Amino acid sequence: MPTRSIDEIIAAMPTFAGLDPAWLDFIAGCGRNQGFEAGEHLAREGEDADVFFAIRRGRVALEVAAPGAGTLMIETLEEGDVVGWSWLFPPHRWSFDVRAVEPVRAIAFDGACLRGKCEDDLALGYELMRRFAGVMLDRLQATRLQLLDVYGAAAVD
Amino acid sequence: MPVSIDRDGLDELLAALRRRGYELVGPTVRDGAIVYDGIETTEDLPVGWTDEQDGGTYRLARREDEALFGYAVGPHSWKRYLHPPELTLWRARRGAEGELEVTEEPTEAPDYAFVGVRSCELRAIEIQDRVLAGGEYPDPFYVARRQGAFVLAVNCTVAGGTCFCVSMDAGPRAEAGYDLALTEVIEDGRHCFVCEAGSERGAELLAELPGSPAGEPELAAAEAGVARAAANQGRVMETEGIKELLYDNLEHPRWDEVSERCLTCGNCTMVCPTCFCTTVEDTSDLSGETAERTRRWDSCFTMDFSYVHGGSVRSSSRSRYRQWMTHKLATWIDQFGTSGCVGCGRCITWCPVAIDITEEVAAIRADAVD
Amino acid sequence: MVPPLSTEAPALAGPMTPRPFRVGSRRSETADTWTLTLEPADGGPAPGFRPGQFNMLYAFGVGEVPISISGDPGGDGPLEHTVRAVGPVSAALCRAQPGETLGVRGPFGSSWPVREAAGRHLVIVAGGVGMAPLRPALLEALALREELAGLVLLCGGRSPRDLLFRAELESWGADPRLELGLTVDAAAGGWGGKVGVVTTLIGGAGFDPARATAFVVGPEVMMRFAVETLLDRGMRAEDVYVSIERNMKCAVTQCGRCQFGPTFACREGPVMGFAAIEPFFRVREI
Repeated sequence: MPTRSIDEIIAAMPTFAGLDPAWLDFIAGCGRNQGFEAGEHLAREGEDADVFFAIRRGRVALEVAAPGAGTLMIETLEEGDVVGWSWLFPPHRWSFDVRAVEPVRAIAFDGACLRGKCEDDLALGYELMRRFAGVMLDRLQATRLQLLDVYGAAAVD
Repeated sequence: MPVSIDRDGLDELLAALRRRGYELVGPTVRDGAIVYDGIETTEDLPVGWTDEQDGGTYRLARREDEALFGYAVGPHSWKRYLHPPELTLWRARRGAEGELEVTEEPTEAPDYAFVGVRSCELRAIEIQDRVLAGGEYPDPFYVARRQGAFVLAVNCTVAGGTCFCVSMDAGPRAEAGYDLALTEVIEDGRHCFVCEAGSERGAELLAELPGSPAGEPELAAAEAGVARAAANQGRVMETEGIKELLYDNLEHPRWDEVSERCLTCGNCTMVCPTCFCTTVEDTSDLSGETAERTRRWDSCFTMDFSYVHGGSVRSSSRSRYRQWMTHKLATWIDQFGTSGCVGCGRCITWCPVAIDITEEVAAIRADAVD
Repeated sequence: MVPPLSTEAPALAGPMTPRPFRVGSRRSETADTWTLTLEPADGGPAPGFRPGQFNMLYAFGVGEVPISISGDPGGDGPLEHTVRAVGPVSAALCRAQPGETLGVRGPFGSSWPVREAAGRHLVIVAGGVGMAPLRPALLEALALREELAGLVLLCGGRSPRDLLFRAELESWGADPRLELGLTVDAAAGGWGGKVGVVTTLIGGAGFDPARATAFVVGPEVMMRFAVETLLDRGMRAEDVYVSIERNMKCAVTQCGRCQFGPTFACREGPVMGFAAIEPFFRVREI
């Protein structure tokens, strides 16, 4: 099976689909393939967020360690999802742990480098901002639904 | 062939019904109102009484004559007898091995003779027939009471202060659903009742009474009486396109306005002759060996009515008033093929804050969303 | 001693009179949900039912509530009901032990149009205890699988421990005849599956929205969002069915309590076509 270039891989992902080929090329240039074993962390809460990921294969979990409650999973993300937007916004710090739940193949992007380029090329900056805003919107909607806890604990009459 | 009888003849009619085993129920004065209760003779009727009704107002007043039916309808309707306010449906026993033994209550009820049923009430009974006896699961208690009942209708010659049966095409003349219908004629020193049979058993009974074929003057006077009632209606409701009007205006600001006045007391549902909603109570005795199920009138105005786990679907008074009014005038049409309202005006009279269903419809029509 | 099975149905009781059924077995599904199997105590046959229908279940002296039938409509096993303890009556039903007798009236209500989905993709979206009224539809769909173009089950719950029919979920996950998507709203670290709301499963599920039929059951908020997501993906409102839950005392359109706009949830529901109820679905407190 011929290996695809990073360009081709990310062009197929919803977050990057339709981007100008020149930009796609540049973004791909900031990225490199990275593999993680099940249980390995892609990022840790509190670490500097200069990297973000696009998942090629496998599942990752966003988690938080709560004293007394162990580890709580907030959300899982899979093939085609981007993980991490703190690289775009100060203080550029990961808010949650990101752990591979199973073997994961991802593309890791140099966020710092991409950030720099966005400041030089505002049109690219706008495009990326718009796309990541879309991702955040979807995640926020879903999170709000989770917050509603619609399934609820059994009510007592 | 209309027959004219006098008051003695009417007493003879009541006696004949009693002889046939009917239990007479009719209007009578009690606690300052005209209610339905057991009666024996015409003496028990509201002789010489009339009522003065308006929004949130009901008073009795003396007439200058001795008319037996010179008033409109009071707080009771015939649903008290056909669809009783409280009814035990069945009793159950838990056996020694935990078996469940359910014994249905007998559906037998007295054979009632309803005396003085108005056209709006005939229509209301017909409407309840569709709800309680017309579906896939007829209510056996309703059916038994309904089948046994003899209906002596009265054509209104006095319109009530809140009546709008003409708007709802439900009166004032009784068209169908009665065994006998009479129109009281009281004028020029004459006091008689023009009677018509509406069924075989009605005709049989009529044939037994001392009376003579109604003459032209009596027929004309009866006709004029009914026409007067039609002309003096207390209210009007425009019913053209009313279903679509309410379906299209479920968020009209008028609902907010009326909910500021509505106490959700449910009086309207208690006095309305077509309101049929009930609740069911399952109880057991202290030993836990016997249980019973009782059905009782309920109202869509209670919080309990729409309770699903977590809370009531309709918790605001706005939503509960809207439910009552849109059911009565709109969704009822899709559910049962007719309006649920007969224009009797009881809901207007007995509302403690005088909410007027005809006014509410007019207000929504006035600036409706199309 | 078990009375001999009669081939005649018992004489028709009044519509409000329950028929005694004995609890055969009980199985705990989650901390507050149990599945009971029931057999007629009078020796008569259990009535057949269509997927989506419900019975009124009576707990002696406590009360009666509508509970969806959760068993196989095509099987000849006992009557199955999966009950969540949310109030005094359902809690009493959940406490019923094998050998105890409950009252059953029914079946009532409308049903899932499984056969009508022949030639189409059938997408079943279940949230929480919503899986209970959908299980009969899924079992019927599996029995009719050759007539369907595809079968997808998307299942969401509060947490892994709150998922119903977990043993079956595993076998369904391995069954090549259906595509299973599973997610929970929250999980502890050991969960290897998806975490997120059930709507997130819809976008990536394998079905053609142009020729799909969807059945959706869950808390009303979840149903609204799930239906929206299905429509956003290109499904038509006419092809989406939901389940409407309302207060019920009679189940025979006479107590008036289950009204939802012009419909009676006990007769025109609980299964309702979304296109038909769309005008009322978003009206608050209707």
